[in-house]
Parts: sequence; structure tokens; C-alpha cells
Amino acid sequence: MPSPIAETLAVVLLAGTLVCAVLRPRGWPEAAFSVPAAGFLLASGVLPLGQAGTEIRSLAPTVGFLACVLVLADMCDRYGMFEAAGAWMAKGSGGRPVALLALVFGVASVVTAVLSLDATVVLLTPAVLATVARLRLRGKPHAYACTHLANSASLLLPVSNLTNLLAFSASGLSFARFGAIMVLPWLAAIAVEWVVLRWFFASDLVGRGETNPGTPPPVPVFAVVVVLVTLVGFFVTSLLHVAPAFAALAGAVALAVPALARRRAKARDLALALDVPFLAFVISLALVVKAVSLHGLSSVVARLMPDQVSLWSLLAVATMAAVLANVMNNLPAVLLLLPAAAAVGPAVVLAVLIGVNTGPNLTYVGSLATLLWRRALRQRGEELPTSEFLRLGVVTVPPVLVVSTLALWASLKLVG
Amino acid sequence: MMQPVKAVVWVVEGTWRGCVDAAGRHLSADVQVALVYVEPSDVDEVTAAATAGLLGRGFTRHRPTRRPEESTGQRALEFLVAAAKRLGREDAELIHRRGRPEREVIAVLAQDVDLLVVARDGDRSRLGPHSLGHATRFVVDHAPCSVLLVWPDEPPGLESMPPPG
Repeated sequence: MPSPIAETLAVVLLAGTLVCAVLRPRGWPEAAFSVPAAGFLLASGVLPLGQAGTEIRSLAPTVGFLACVLVLADMCDRYGMFEAAGAWMAKGSGGRPVALLALVFGVASVVTAVLSLDATVVLLTPAVLATVARLRLRGKPHAYACTHLANSASLLLPVSNLTNLLAFSASGLSFARFGAIMVLPWLAAIAVEWVVLRWFFASDLVGRGETNPGTPPPVPVFAVVVVLVTLVGFFVTSLLHVAPAFAALAGAVALAVPALARRRAKARDLALALDVPFLAFVISLALVVKAVSLHGLSSVVARLMPDQVSLWSLLAVATMAAVLANVMNNLPAVLLLLPAAAAVGPAVVLAVLIGVNTGPNLTYVGSLATLLWRRALRQRGEELPTSEFLRLGVVTVPPVLVVSTLALWASLKLVG
Repeated sequence: MMQPVKAVVWVVEGTWRGCVDAAGRHLSADVQVALVYVEPSDVDEVTAAATAGLLGRGFTRHRPTRRPEESTGQRALEFLVAAAKRLGREDAELIHRRGRPEREVIAVLAQDVDLLVVARDGDRSRLGPHSLGHATRFVVDHAPCSVLLVWPDEPPGLESMPPPG
């Protein structure tokens, strides 16, 4: 097939896959569209079988790692960890909204870093909203803190974000080295979010809530210990040159087995937490992106990458990644940028991550999908999101991007 | 001044105690009182957008983004009951709405309300400016009735007022 036609076909299928993943017609899972799309590209020869095989083999460990982290986070919720975190924050805040926001920042940053951004959005945010309601405080600053930090505070470790897991395997960095370099950018992103959110929501952080929020549930000590041991395990395995995915697997098993035995969770819950359709979506999306790259886009991306690492080139790469993440979505954006970035070196890979992780606070799903999503909401007669989240994105994303990249540059100088 | 027939007290998290106390001081017992609380819908909108951003990654299909006590409005009702109790007017009408707070409050006021009692919620460290948050400013601007604007706590002293420009 001539390259322009193959490229057009691959781009159309990528756009279709993303649109369907967001709109999910008839409530079908994302994979219901991406798997046939990848299959079609394979059958039509747009994506050669050999290339697909290599891509799947290189992705398999990352997808396995992701599955373990998904189960680990889900199990933490079943042991009541997020409920306990909410009660702890309620008590610690003494009903003061700014104190609660500070605690939410701390907890959301740690949960995102250790259990991934999904855990913050899906498991921690409802617990935070319930806490805010119990304290009779305004929920908006705390809700935004969770959703923003899920992205901005996902810079620290390879497990913090699926984009990091993908970049981790491409960068050649060890788990410990990844964390050591990213600790400064992570702290910088959180600090900028704090300053901006504190200012943006000043009039919502007023008064005093209830000071007696009720008896807190017991702290799930076993689950907390397992997570801490797993975290140490990530670093130890990496020092021993063993894949850190095994630490995640051990942690997931350590929580799942007693949970199943004591009927805290059923086998079905475990299967749902594993989310095989989503794992299939990641692999098939990667194949579709591979097809897009193969037929010309990879050389365009490679030309956009810098030849050497400088502060300016890192800023340019992070900005480009953020723009791309907002045009499409951060998952295909990182898949598209990684091969060319990895060819330059790990510093550029990390700059890409700063862009694709912090950039989505502007539109969350990517602008194309946001437009369609808004249209779908309007057709269903539902209320459209206010312009507030866009305004907040505009005032946070650029400074977070710049300050985190400066921190990355400093970190590279310090850690080497 | 004509005696108000129907007054609405807008209870908002954080400032509701001061607002309710001021209403208790200023409204006579024969005034018909309604307490209104608006549950802001934008909190759900932002969490829905963030969830959509995950592209359905992991467990999102199987979990609600809100706890049952929030989605049924039970918490909101408890809040209104607590406010009525503090006011000492357990006969007060309790109005629970969901949406954009400023729009919903104006819609309530349009139903033959004579007076709105509302608290300042902006910068209260000095006598203005910016002592009203966005939603409060909108309501004060658009209210189709008289407005009793109260300091939910002790007002700052005159010396806190910025000097003339």
C-alpha cells in the first residue's frame, strides 16, 4: 500500500479509536474499537506482522506491571485505606479549609506517586468529597486539588502514571534513578499547584467546618504495611536488576489472597480490578500508534527532537509534549514521542513525561475528545462544564510545565 | 421600612453559622423564613472530566464517583436541618437545589421573596475590597429583592480600610 494512503488510514483509525474511547457508544469498553482497528491495520498490511510482534513483546512487561498496580490500588480501597485517609484528614484539619487542602495535597501527591493517578481520581477523590461534605466545607478547591495533582504529582515514580511506565521501559533508567531525578520536578509541580490553587480558590477556602467529624474507622495497618514494603521493593528489585513489576505483583498478591480468603473481595472483583479490556486497549492503541509512526510520522517526530540536551531543548520538548497531549490525549502522545525521545537520551524522555503528565490539566481528555464530549453532553441535555476548569488549567499548566522542567534541568546537573 | 413577608437565608459551607445567627438577630418571629442550600454541580463535572481523561483505565466502570449519602442529597438535607435548628426556626422551609449556586439562588429569589440574607465570603481581613466571592457577588448584583449582607464573623476595624487611591 502506498505510504500516504497507509498513513491516512492509520491516522483516521487512531482518531476514531480515541473518539470511541471517550464517547464509548452503547457503553462498550474502549477495546471494542481499538482491537478491531489494530486488527484491520494488521490484515491490510499497513502494520507488518513482525513490527506488531516486536511492539507487543516490548509492551508485555509494562502491561503486566500496570495490571499489578491496578489490583494493588483496588485492594487498598477494599481494605478501607481511602476511607481511613479521609477520616484522618478530617481530624487533622480541625475543620479549617486551608489545613484540609494542605492535607489533601499531601495525601493526593503520595497516593498518585505510589499507587498511580488512577487511584487518586477513582478511589481517593470520592473519599475526599465525602470528607469535605462531612466537615461542611466547600468541595471545589479539594476536588480540583485531587484532579490536578493526579496529573501534576504523577511525575515521581515509574508506577505513578501509565505514561511513566511506558517511558520507563524506553528510557533504560533504573527505578531508583528515575525517582531520584524526578523528585525535584515532582516537588516543584506540587508547589506551583499549591500556590495557584490557594490563590484561585481563596474565596472558597473560608470559615470553619465541623470540628467533630465523628469516630474515624480503624487504620488498615496490614494494607499500609504491604504498600510500604512494596514501595521499598520497587527500589530493592531495581538495585538487584530484577524487574520492579515483581514487587508490584508480590504486593498485589499479598493483599488479594487474604482479601479473597476473608471475603473482603470476590474473584469477580479481582477480575474487574485487573481490567483485561483496558489492558487490551493499551496494546491495541500502541499498535495503531505504531502504524501511524511507521508511515512517515516517526521521521517528522524525530526531526522535532533536539540533537542534544540543553535547558531550552528540554523546555521545547516538554511544551511540544503538552500540546500534543492536549490535541489528542496523553497516552497516544507519549507512544508517538517516545521512540524519538529515547534515541536522544533519558533526559529528553523525562521532559516528554513532564509535558504529557502535567499538560492534561488543561483539557483532561484532550481537546478533540473534549469537543465531542461537550457535544454529547449537550445532546443529552446535561449541563456543560463551566469555563472555570479551563481558566484554572490556563493559569496552572504553563507555570507547572516551566518550573518542573527547570527542576528537571537542576536535577540532571545534581544527580548527573 | 416595610416589614418583609418572606425572607430567604442562603446557607453556604464555611460561613453559614454567622449568616444564620445574623438572620436570627434581624428577622422577627412573624417573618416567613426559607433556608436555601445549593449543591454545586461543578464539583461533579470536574471529577467526571478527570475520570474521562483516564480513558476508562481500571475500575472506573464499576465504581460510582460519589458516595450514596452524597448522591441522594441526604447530607444536604442534614445541613439544612442543622441550619434551621441553629436559627431556632424548625418550621422554616428547607430548599435544596443542585446546579450553579448563583443561578439557583436567583431562581429561588424570583418566587416572591422580599429579603435575602447572605454572608460575605471573600477577603474578610479588611473592610473591602473583594469581600465577596464570585457567586456571592453575582447574587448581590442580580437579586430581585432587598439584600441583607452580613459579616459571618466580627467585622474588621475601620483602620483596615485601604487608603483612598
